[in-house]
Amino acid sequence: MSACTLVSVSTVLGCHSCFRVDMFSKGTKRKFSDDGGEMSDESLGGANVSSSYNLQRQSLLDMSLIKLQLCHMLVEPNLCRSVLIANTVRQIQEEMTHDGSWQAVTEAFCNGSQSPSERLVATEVLCRSREQDAEPKLFSVISYEGCREEEVVADETLCSVSVSDAASNVCLSESVGHCWETGELRVVESDEETSEGSRLGPGDDDDDDEDDEDEDEVDEEEESSREDSKSMGQVFGTFEIKNGSSGPDSALEELFSDVDASYYDLDTMLTGIQSAPKMGPYDLLDSLAPSHGPPSLGSPSNCRSDLNELDHIMEIIVGS
Amino acid sequence: FAGGGVGGGNDFQWCFSQVKGAIDEDVAEADIISTVEFNYSGELLATGDKGGRVVIFQREQESKNRPLSRGEYNVYSTFQSHEPEFDYLKSLEIEEKINKIRWLPQQNAAHFLLSTNDKTIKLWKISERDKRAEGYNLKDEDGRLRDPFRITTLRVPVLMPMDLMVEASPRRIFANAHTYHINSISVNSDHETYLSADDLRINLWHLEITDRSFNIVDIKPANMEELTEVITAAECHPHQCNVFVYSSSKGTIRLCDMRAAALCDRHSKFFEEPEDPSSRSFFSEIISSISDVKFSHSGRYMMTRDYLSVKVWDLNMENRPVETYQVHEYLRSKLCSLYENDCIFDKFECCWNGSDSAIMTGSYNNFFRMFDRNTRRDITLEASRENSKPRAMLKPRKVCTGGKRKKDEISVDSLDFNKKILHTAWHPKENVIAVAATNNLYIFQDKIN
Repeated sequence: MSACTLVSVSTVLGCHSCFRVDMFSKGTKRKFSDDGGEMSDESLGGANVSSSYNLQRQSLLDMSLIKLQLCHMLVEPNLCRSVLIANTVRQIQEEMTHDGSWQAVTEAFCNGSQSPSERLVATEVLCRSREQDAEPKLFSVISYEGCREEEVVADETLCSVSVSDAASNVCLSESVGHCWETGELRVVESDEETSEGSRLGPGDDDDDDEDDEDEDEVDEEEESSREDSKSMGQVFGTFEIKNGSSGPDSALEELFSDVDASYYDLDTMLTGIQSAPKMGPYDLLDSLAPSHGPPSLGSPSNCRSDLNELDHIMEIIVGS
Repeated sequence: FAGGGVGGGNDFQWCFSQVKGAIDEDVAEADIISTVEFNYSGELLATGDKGGRVVIFQREQESKNRPLSRGEYNVYSTFQSHEPEFDYLKSLEIEEKINKIRWLPQQNAAHFLLSTNDKTIKLWKISERDKRAEGYNLKDEDGRLRDPFRITTLRVPVLMPMDLMVEASPRRIFANAHTYHINSISVNSDHETYLSADDLRINLWHLEITDRSFNIVDIKPANMEELTEVITAAECHPHQCNVFVYSSSKGTIRLCDMRAAALCDRHSKFFEEPEDPSSRSFFSEIISSISDVKFSHSGRYMMTRDYLSVKVWDLNMENRPVETYQVHEYLRSKLCSLYENDCIFDKFECCWNGSDSAIMTGSYNNFFRMFDRNTRRDITLEASRENSKPRAMLKPRKVCTGGKRKKDEISVDSLDFNKKILHTAWHPKENVIAVAATNNLYIFQDKIN
């Protein structure tokens, strides 16, 4: 199964000869200017060398995240391989944090003064700048299915919670944007906000970005490793024998829950094993099923109101 | 090779001897060989496969009648060592694939070996039976019990020859000691204990005791979220029963002395080569991960295999290896593709020859490489059915890395990455090598002079 997916990724991301392999080999950090606003310009402008490097680095990041998720369901995944891939993801993310490109992604989800629609716009703009390849669209379609209307609400807390719930194990950074984008449209419709105005471009966001930038940068770097380690823990958590309270409950749920077979296929393909510790495969299905109310609000394990947004993003990307 | 040149230098040539296994293009997953190991005398050659089976070959005695047979290896015993299991706690299958086989030194007529899958180690006794007792008093020849009251005379049973039967029986089962996947087992020089290593822990066992083992290394972090390094291989020192080494996914080797403490979390020696900053990339760590570590027979050196190279370390020098051999440097520019198709995670093994003068390791396209430590010459050979005529000399192979491809060279892009040689073994005394190519076992010997 993983082989098929990797093949499609490779065709999407471009044949191997398209990779400027010397770019990858060097691994030198590209120093971006400190201004976060220019960041989106550069990724949009894209003609220069560093943008190409960014694309390749992003491809490597995406590839790594896919690898982490597509673990075989039946047999325990190779811990050494998972550790090496996770370390690669960390490395890329550290470099992206240092040269500011990670900020552009994370600022879209920042707490603070930004309204949800502005936030969403920034993500959308960034996502639009990336090559919209077939494979990410596939993921985004799937994540859209999981992204339910009532979950994507203007309240930022709930937004975060919902996304981590519904689309958690699937979304890559681009597809998260799609997910948000879809939700945002609905928010606009229901609230009748003039999001057109705020959608005029990255300029509006930049003003807000710059204010938060300096404070956030330090925090984000500190936070990123911590949040990373939390999400990495979710990758490795499955290797633990769960003796805790979740054990018997999830086992019982597995035995007795009614499962729609199509959901199960979706879930086994996308969530892999990582969903086992905190949220078993059947828990995720429960949260997707229409018969359940707002799934995550009452559940303490999913309540993330006090976590930094980076944590949300890493969870979304790596899978909660 | 041991003492000779590489492929032609000093009258030394590797020749095809035998190939074992099916010829079909369609390879059954269960038939893929996952480990190869000669015993201490070289008389026996054991293979383990993904289906959990062990096949042992025995070398025929060279006889004057058939001088050309040159000690061929024929099947001696086949048995199912491990079966697939299901871990109900985690809802996961436990593969029956044999990860490692290690022979015990022979102490009597029977042979003993340890075989392990991801979770369970088993001690197998392989014994021969070529005699049968006949003339029992209490039962007939066909086994039926005789009526004791009808017996009027007594006789002593006589041992009569019978067709040789080789029996394999599990004598010990060492289970439930590893949470993670076992990657190594190694018999200690005291012949009483052995170690088993998984991704995060190493245990020391006594061969007689199955219900407990000592944990001697534990690198599991208190918080699994902080895990960045795993154990990849471990081996006991060949002579010092208190010394062992283990390698990691970050390219480091730790040598530990069991006399220092019960838990050997603090190493006695730490081997790591400083990284070359000019070649740093996102793949640097992955390709530095050590897939195999082997002590030399002398015990003075150890050899490590990472993705692109083999390194020989002097145990007295920790800061860098004394020798580095490039196995397939031409893959360095392809690392991204190899990461994509997961080949970058392939775990190649390596081995010494009996005199420690040469080392061997596998590569892709069914190529394997040998390095002569004295002459610094190296050779690339191929395990293929095309070169399988009896006693056919193996032709050196060459990979073309760029520019014009010469005749008989193969370009990097034409390499078959599905044909990987991960497991090789070298006879402890002679120039006989066993090379596992997917589901086939090739045996090569030196030319008859």
